[in-house]
Amino acid sequence: MAYKILEKEEIAPSVHRMVIDAPDVAKAAKAGQFIILRINEKGERIPLTIADFETENGTVTVIFQEMGKTTKQLAKLSAGEFLEDFVGPLGTPSDIEKLGTVILVGGGVGVAPAYPQAKAYSKAGNKVISIIGARNKDLLILEDEMKNASSELYIATDDGSKGHHGFVTDIMKQILDSGEKVARVVIIGPPIMMKVGTGVASPYDVEILVSLNSIMVDGTGMCGGCRVTVDGKTRFTCVDGPEFNARKVDFVELMNRLAMYRGEETKAVEKYDEECRCGLH
Amino acid sequence: MQELNGEKTSKVKKERTPMPEQPAEERRKNFNEVALGYTKEDALAEASRCLSCKEPKCVEGCPVNVDIPGFIKLVCEENFSGAIEKIKGTNTLPAICGRVCPQETQCEALCVLGKKGQPVAIGRLERFCADYERQQGVKVPEIPEPTGKKVAVVGSGPAGLTAAADLAKLGHKVTVFESLHKAGGVLSYGIPEFRLPKEIVRQEVEYIEQLGVEFKPNYIIGRIKTLDELCDEFDAIFLGTGAGLPSFMGIPGENFNGVYSANEFLTRVNLMKAYDSEYDTRVRLGKHVVVVGGGNVAMDAARSALRLGAEEVSIVYRRGEDEMPARREEIEHAKEEGITFRLLTNPVRILGDEKFNATAVECIKMELGEPDKSGRRSPVPVEGSEFTIPADVVVIAIGTSPNPIIFKGSEGLDQNKRGTVVADEETGATSKCGVFAGGDVVTGAATVISAMGAGKKAAKAIDEYLKEQ
Repeated sequence: MAYKILEKEEIAPSVHRMVIDAPDVAKAAKAGQFIILRINEKGERIPLTIADFETENGTVTVIFQEMGKTTKQLAKLSAGEFLEDFVGPLGTPSDIEKLGTVILVGGGVGVAPAYPQAKAYSKAGNKVISIIGARNKDLLILEDEMKNASSELYIATDDGSKGHHGFVTDIMKQILDSGEKVARVVIIGPPIMMKVGTGVASPYDVEILVSLNSIMVDGTGMCGGCRVTVDGKTRFTCVDGPEFNARKVDFVELMNRLAMYRGEETKAVEKYDEECRCGLH
Repeated sequence: MQELNGEKTSKVKKERTPMPEQPAEERRKNFNEVALGYTKEDALAEASRCLSCKEPKCVEGCPVNVDIPGFIKLVCEENFSGAIEKIKGTNTLPAICGRVCPQETQCEALCVLGKKGQPVAIGRLERFCADYERQQGVKVPEIPEPTGKKVAVVGSGPAGLTAAADLAKLGHKVTVFESLHKAGGVLSYGIPEFRLPKEIVRQEVEYIEQLGVEFKPNYIIGRIKTLDELCDEFDAIFLGTGAGLPSFMGIPGENFNGVYSANEFLTRVNLMKAYDSEYDTRVRLGKHVVVVGGGNVAMDAARSALRLGAEEVSIVYRRGEDEMPARREEIEHAKEEGITFRLLTNPVRILGDEKFNATAVECIKMELGEPDKSGRRSPVPVEGSEFTIPADVVVIAIGTSPNPIIFKGSEGLDQNKRGTVVADEETGATSKCGVFAGGDVVTGAATVISAMGAGKKAAKAIDEYLKEQ
């Protein structure tokens, strides 16, 4: 099996958008789900959230940031090349219905999974307030797409180069304070941002969801590597999630578990970078 | 006949021909196969021990009823091609069964020779024949006239592979759906290279492909399509999705880094080849590894951890050695390789450091009480006997149950409380019309051969069902 890369572009420094020919996945995909891909026979299986899908064309879009060896390697591939494996859709789809007003908070590449949700919540008749952020304006992704998919769009950058100078959660707090009746807040981004965001939103009478990005192998409930404690119980991110009630998530455990292979990851990246410098890749 | 057998028995060597093996000291450092296989001379010597009983008990002990005396007779005649053909008449995966079947509780347990000495080494002979065939080049099987019927097989483990092969041999068009990127199920992700080389699994799958079976990897039923949708597209369905959901103990500290389900540990090592630095997937290399459980999976995990370079590997099991469900040979091999067995011991919690890494397992001593429902004496904790074992890697190998993902979005398939599918023992028929099931998804975690037996029975029943349609 091989899955063709139809499009590939760098949408921000080290952040890439890739469109894959995967009709079976595209046909079944729903907002909130993810895929697992493997570049080649020796590659690892990595989960990536679905950033977009088109049933008619049979395509699935993923957006990823160069972090570890696999994402760096993935970034080197071009349209016309193939991925060895591409499996999905995985995870329980977001529970999307007409709720009223929904705030979507996306940080960094976390904006990518927020995009299909913005579309789906809007389509279901909700007022969607999206807040997207990044370290600086160059790293901001999907601004136009999110604008089109939302009723209102707010931007925050850590350095103030665009929009609010500060965090996405600051804007979220302002909206919650404004008296606007909000039914649900969905926060997607780096774990620390989701933890902080959950802390900020918790005092308000609003449902808070986070979408987790645990380490996993198969994505079907078989390995249990993606265990997370929610409301005191062990759950599997891949099948029970990736979305969970944010108030109940043990973020400290989540962040510690995400660090499990950090040493190995650093070594793999160093080795890969060295090989690249030697012209091996 | 009995008398004749008695007379013959007295002349037969009491001891079986030993299996050539990699020495324990050497093999504990590599992932190469432990048992090296009989030479032609070994096979002839061992085959000559068979009494060719007129009413062979061994065949009754085989879940797929291989004509054991029949194939052994052909081995004696040095007709190895004939022997493998005889085996393949009923067993599609002999190279695998010869390696991983628990023969000592099946065919070999009933061998007449076992009464006074050691039974014929049936498994070793089966493996010899299958390996002989592979070396010669496997014959491309004849593809029968198509019946025009389409059958979907969900899962490509032992049950699914067997059902697919048998159905293809009957002329049905078979499509196998596999959720992982590689076919083989537990044969690929679970059983380690040193016990079942993956090249053998690949060749067995290739053989089934040559029968005209189509494999669809990366295809998750329950996610891409529901079982109900498959029912609309195919004339019949065989569910052989196994027992893929790992059980955890529910003790404190189980989510510390370094604590794995056996499924994850073995998948990383076997399917993803974490033992080979050329591959990208990693597994934590423990200095002190504790494996919890007493089955084959526990032995596989412990022996894998040792080969990954662990200084000390212990098996922690709450009952005694006699109660261990693992194959005798695996227990012996594990001991030879230096695995420590901590029997009548049960973990109560896992301890970790400030960085969230596992550091030790706190255990309690157990003693055997009254027999439980399974007939095994149930262990009872000895109060105040707690002690700790240092452990930076802990592998939980206490069992698995069927993965519920397959049932998502489908209706009418009865399951029992443990999540297994209710199916007729003889036919595999389920409560859902046209859907048959067999293997671990019906029985809960069991053996490769029993799954194959179920796949075989179901294929026969599916063929009959299709004829009635």
